[in-house]
Amino acid sequence: MALTNAYIQEKLVEKFNDQVFQFSTDSGILSFESAAENNLKVLQFLYEEASLGFTFLTDLCGVNYPDNKGAELVVVYHLHNFIENIRIRFSIGVPVAKPDVFTATKLFESANWMERETYDFFGVNFIGHPNLKRILNVDEMDYFPLRKEFPLEDQTRIDKDDEMFGRG
Amino acid sequence: MEQQSNITLPKGSIEKTTTTLNIGPTHPATHGVFQNIMEVDGERVVSTEQTVGYIHRAFEKLAERRPLYQITPITDRLNYCSSPINNMGWHITCERFLKIDLPKRVDYLRVIIMELSRISDHLICNSIVGVDTGAYTGFLYVMQYRELIYEIYEEVCGSRLTTNIGRIGGFERNFTNTAFTKLEKFLNEYPGVLREFEKLFTRNRIFMERTQGTGGISAARAMNYGFTGPNLRAAGVDYDVRVQQPYSSYQDFDFKVPVGTTGDNYDRFLVRNAEMWESISIIKQAYQKIQEFKGADAEIYHADVPEYYLPKKEDVYTKMEALIWHFKIIMGEIDLPKGQIYSAVEGGNGELGFYLVSDGGRTPFRLHFRRPCFIYYQAFEELIKGGMLSDAVVTLSSLNLIAGELDA
Amino acid sequence: MRPVRFNLNPKEAEIADAISMGKAPDGVPGDGFFATQLSSVVGLARKNSLWPLPFATSCCGIEFMATMASHYDLSRFGSERVGFSPRQCDLLMVMGTIAKKMAPVLRQVYLQMAEPRWVIAVGACASSGGIFDTYSVLQGIDQVIPVDVYVPGCPPRPEAIIDGFMKIQDLVGQESIRRRNSEKYRDLLNSYGIQ
Repeated sequence: MALTNAYIQEKLVEKFNDQVFQFSTDSGILSFESAAENNLKVLQFLYEEASLGFTFLTDLCGVNYPDNKGAELVVVYHLHNFIENIRIRFSIGVPVAKPDVFTATKLFESANWMERETYDFFGVNFIGHPNLKRILNVDEMDYFPLRKEFPLEDQTRIDKDDEMFGRG
Repeated sequence: MEQQSNITLPKGSIEKTTTTLNIGPTHPATHGVFQNIMEVDGERVVSTEQTVGYIHRAFEKLAERRPLYQITPITDRLNYCSSPINNMGWHITCERFLKIDLPKRVDYLRVIIMELSRISDHLICNSIVGVDTGAYTGFLYVMQYRELIYEIYEEVCGSRLTTNIGRIGGFERNFTNTAFTKLEKFLNEYPGVLREFEKLFTRNRIFMERTQGTGGISAARAMNYGFTGPNLRAAGVDYDVRVQQPYSSYQDFDFKVPVGTTGDNYDRFLVRNAEMWESISIIKQAYQKIQEFKGADAEIYHADVPEYYLPKKEDVYTKMEALIWHFKIIMGEIDLPKGQIYSAVEGGNGELGFYLVSDGGRTPFRLHFRRPCFIYYQAFEELIKGGMLSDAVVTLSSLNLIAGELDA
Repeated sequence: MRPVRFNLNPKEAEIADAISMGKAPDGVPGDGFFATQLSSVVGLARKNSLWPLPFATSCCGIEFMATMASHYDLSRFGSERVGFSPRQCDLLMVMGTIAKKMAPVLRQVYLQMAEPRWVIAVGACASSGGIFDTYSVLQGIDQVIPVDVYVPGCPPRPEAIIDGFMKIQDLVGQESIRRRNSEKYRDLLNSYGIQ
């Protein structure tokens, strides 16, 4: 029996009731959300449940929604079931004041560096991570660059002529 | 340099402490800028710590500032050995997001370009594995044929390496007869060269002894580490995005997916080699299918999508509608639909994914690149632990780490 | 189609008996001797055997690999031996984007080189930051080390890299012997904080 999005949704609601919400199917992939405390429970369920078997973590990234008060930093997990050839997207939101998320490194080794990258870019604190420090940026950097409030360009440049760029 | 803590010497070691060795960002063994700080016990590697980020160019933040077609030049610089695959992957993501359907001829032309770039990427990787084991000649032989591939790109898009090839909806111009002549020359001459390259390495006693049994990983561990692409196929899992989630009409082609057994350096070399043969076969099939289009069908090189594909210059100067579309596209005034999409293609190193979130603005709200190199470089320590230092160098190059894709 | 002409004033190569002679420096020739300036002879020797250090970080590095390969052969110009040790090399070829994390490494490699040393910045990213006007990219390597020749392009064609290399050869051939000990050179290095 091929796995379908409807079946996955049914199993998730059956196990977690109303702790999983906001189901939608964007371009074929089932996406849903849950509270930040439940992320490991949901990931483990998706991994170990015999009929679901999402054993491959394709991607882990963060998104910053500054307008969503209380859930400004969202961590998005993309999982893949190779045998049934189905993808699924799972996101959790945390407030920017206390961005704590449990680490998924015990379940998926590939989450190690992906969580470091999310910490580096957004400041999400992964509890239990073996080595949570900056990975792509300079170690001395004191802000989290991919948050929407910070600009793209280096503000310490003195050689760029703002007049020429229409900003003078 | 502080010694890493909790390093215990293996049993039977005659040393008192381990030696810290820095295979630093500028080193002939690292083909790209990444750093490995290794603890070695004599010649055996005990542990290593990788540092990346020496070429972090903030692509994801840069993409939030640019309309969709301006992001293509950034994607070029991800895996710069095979930039057309990155470009096509991005265009396919945009087309899936915007629900654009492509004519078959465009798909087949895209397949030819993508398979040529896959050959180009695997050629660099395999010949550099040869260079690292001491055989420089293979590298020089095959670089000549990479020049032929560059000439084909140049004929289509004007540029050799960072191609920015294709547009959302197709190609910027039809392939000229010169491009097809060069493609035929490539298809005639290259298989002989690949056969010669193979003969230099695959049954060569020195190469086999250096690469067999080193840098191996089991299929289950490889999957847990997020491996995809030739590295995962060498470990025994036949996952290929072209087969699982076909894009650009790959389902119309008949090709095999080579799979290894132990995941060691030799298997990776052989898998890449076999993939190059499969790519040649796919290009031949695609070329044949393209020659079957006759008359007006043979002139189609893009889909009809006026919001994203620039109109012809003759129309811009004569028709009002074309002028308005031209203005809107260039000034970046096309609003994207709301939503999010994750779409992946099979890059030279594995599953290259694009996660695009749009809130209805003119530029993406968030664009994340799922870069295969970044994810499987984490496993490097497990691959070389307990092995010799010289095997670590060969493993590093057989993983095909491209710094641009590592850091984005 | 309008035909495209590139080399509008081509120089005819002077080849006699399958041998083409290079241009000798200015001097006084005689029967069995040739008197010229010491700097011209030293320059001639240095420029035809520069040992480059390819500091290849990204895409320009792949074009450099194509330049070193047999189609566009850089070893015709005497740089057959590329070295990766700064202590042994004359020419630092910086090819590719230099991020702020990499800048101290680049500076240390430059400081380890012995005089006389030249630097060529290959590509738009090394010359000025290129298309990456972001918080993490150094906007040109001349923020940290003095540069002699800039080669524009993204990536520059191998012919452009060879052209930049030939300009370095011109600089090397005409450099005065006293340049490295002069006040002006010392001021240049001091402006970069190098003693």
